[in-house]
Amino acid sequence: MTTETTNRMDLVFRKLKAEGRTALIPFLTVGDPDLETTLAIIAELEAAGADILELGVPYSDPLADGPVIQRASTRALRGQVNIRTCMETALKARQAGSQLPFILFTYYNPVLQMGLDNFFAELDAHEISGLIIPDLPIEEAEDMRSRSRAAGINLVPLVAPTSSERIARIVNGASGFVYCVSSLGVTGERSSFHEGVDAFIQSVREATDLPVAVGFGISTGEQVARFAKICDGVVVGSAIVRKVEDVIPLLDSPSTRQAGLLQIREFVAQLKP
Amino acid sequence: MTQVPDQHGRFGSFGGRFVPETLMNALIELEEAYRKHSADPAFQEEIDYLLKQYSGRETPLYYAERLSKHLGEAKIYLKREDLNHTGAHKINNAIAQGILAKKMGKTKVIAETGAGQHGVATATVAALLGMECKVFMGEEDTRRQALNVFRMKLLGAEVIPVTSGTRTLKDAGNEALRYWVSHVDDTFYVLGSAVGPHPYPMMVRNFQRVIGDETRRQILEAEGRLPDLLVAAIGGGSNAIGMFYPFVEDENVGLIGVEAAGKGVDTPYHAATMSKGTHGVFQGSMSYLLQDEYGQVQEAHSISAGLDYPGVGPEHSYLKDIKRAQYVPITDAEALDALKLLCVTEGIIPALESAHAIAQVVKIAPTLTKDDIVVICLSGRGDKDVESIMAYTEGAEKA
Repeated sequence: MTTETTNRMDLVFRKLKAEGRTALIPFLTVGDPDLETTLAIIAELEAAGADILELGVPYSDPLADGPVIQRASTRALRGQVNIRTCMETALKARQAGSQLPFILFTYYNPVLQMGLDNFFAELDAHEISGLIIPDLPIEEAEDMRSRSRAAGINLVPLVAPTSSERIARIVNGASGFVYCVSSLGVTGERSSFHEGVDAFIQSVREATDLPVAVGFGISTGEQVARFAKICDGVVVGSAIVRKVEDVIPLLDSPSTRQAGLLQIREFVAQLKP
Repeated sequence: MTQVPDQHGRFGSFGGRFVPETLMNALIELEEAYRKHSADPAFQEEIDYLLKQYSGRETPLYYAERLSKHLGEAKIYLKREDLNHTGAHKINNAIAQGILAKKMGKTKVIAETGAGQHGVATATVAALLGMECKVFMGEEDTRRQALNVFRMKLLGAEVIPVTSGTRTLKDAGNEALRYWVSHVDDTFYVLGSAVGPHPYPMMVRNFQRVIGDETRRQILEAEGRLPDLLVAAIGGGSNAIGMFYPFVEDENVGLIGVEAAGKGVDTPYHAATMSKGTHGVFQGSMSYLLQDEYGQVQEAHSISAGLDYPGVGPEHSYLKDIKRAQYVPITDAEALDALKLLCVTEGIIPALESAHAIAQVVKIAPTLTKDDIVVICLSGRGDKDVESIMAYTEGAEKA
């Protein structure tokens, strides 16, 4: 992190560090159940205390995702949501007053089809501060890394408990934060974590000066609190997406919509470390 | 021609390893184990022993005289992969990956399957080697291929119906990869085609090249020269790459890969990845891909479940782009006609997949001369398809 950074995500981490707090980083599948509702949910997450937001681009073949996010993707794809509409959603949220830094979480192929020149030109114009591309390991990421650096966008790398000697190479030259995958597997709530998870996070910390966040499987306030002690950020994905899924019947009807949104807000508020 | 793939698993601009970081270590471990064991002659001997004594190799290179005469003047040979144990070329790869799994100390194997041929081959090898086996199969396919589901269960495998996405082969592959991520310690993923992240496309090719190596020896023995043309069906492309690879340097040998055009390449119902696809990343590698303008993978359609796949192996994309091989589409109707033709001229019921390759030879027969020698890879037998052929024929009659 350079001192003159203007990247919204970097600024949030700097502020939280000064305050001694850990970032709560929720994930949403954009367009689940529809784009207008996504905008309303973003406002609720911000009100509930979210610090940074991951906006998930729905994809036909989400290899890293478990059943909850797969189902959300399927719902969003039925509404013809694509990578462009996801970026537009970020911009609309900003225009509606959101101060959150946005991370676009997308598989590589939608980016590739948009064309890298085009993609990077649009990112900044759409208020996106960071990228997570789960199926782009460092061996394939050289071009994306240099383009991200040039554009001032943080390409957030994932490290896994099995990354071992790869960790140093992955974090070298990374920006934003380092995303530690809590356990081997796909996204989705779980009651236990990889047994060496604390040592793993510690080894990542030793390898980088960047903020370190953890995600995959974290679904309760207790779990967030457990990891908040050793991390700068905690990502909660499937648990929130499942909450959205649960309240879809409420969101669908004008008379119960506010109650549905409130349930999402309350759920996220109690995750806050 | 330089050797492909390079150390990153790239075939020109195709291939590579586009997977979550959680899988990288497993793939690196697999690649290292493969390189180590394939340098050991005892490993190949073990594979060769089972291919011969268990699967019945070598398979014949049969001169299809009545088919040849029916079609014109060229000599047409059939490489009889249908005579393998379990009825298709899939067993070549399953045996080799099974042995590799054992050498790596894994006790369980998983596989994805579409029509069920690779699932049956993997279940068979798991039984033979005393390993636990789980087969992921799209729910839609478990209905279409109920008999193969039963066959796998009979062989002691557990069949897991996949309900995500389109509920077909591509989703079975996604689910197998997802399962593998969290069970890497004791589980080996027996991938069935020359697709997926490095090292699979290279490994599967090398385990299937026995088809081409035998063909080369056999045709030299029968004709004293190499063939003019090799024709093979491609879904992911494992039988085709196995047949083509030993001939890639022989520039006088033409290579034709035949993909499924379903109801036609100008309809939305086809699996013609090479004819209609564009570059994209799918299931861990860069290749040609059927996708929409936003990079969402599109559903493929073919009467043949084994070709019903929106992707294709990266080495085929490479051979297409360097113009070493040609890729052409054949429709459901053309494949069925060819299937019936082979039944009545030679008394061989080919798999619907292989029937696509035959159909291409039927199509180009008028351009061939008496000096031409053509080899078709008859990748599998058609017993598994009899029911769908019956349903299709009856449907067509009613329509």
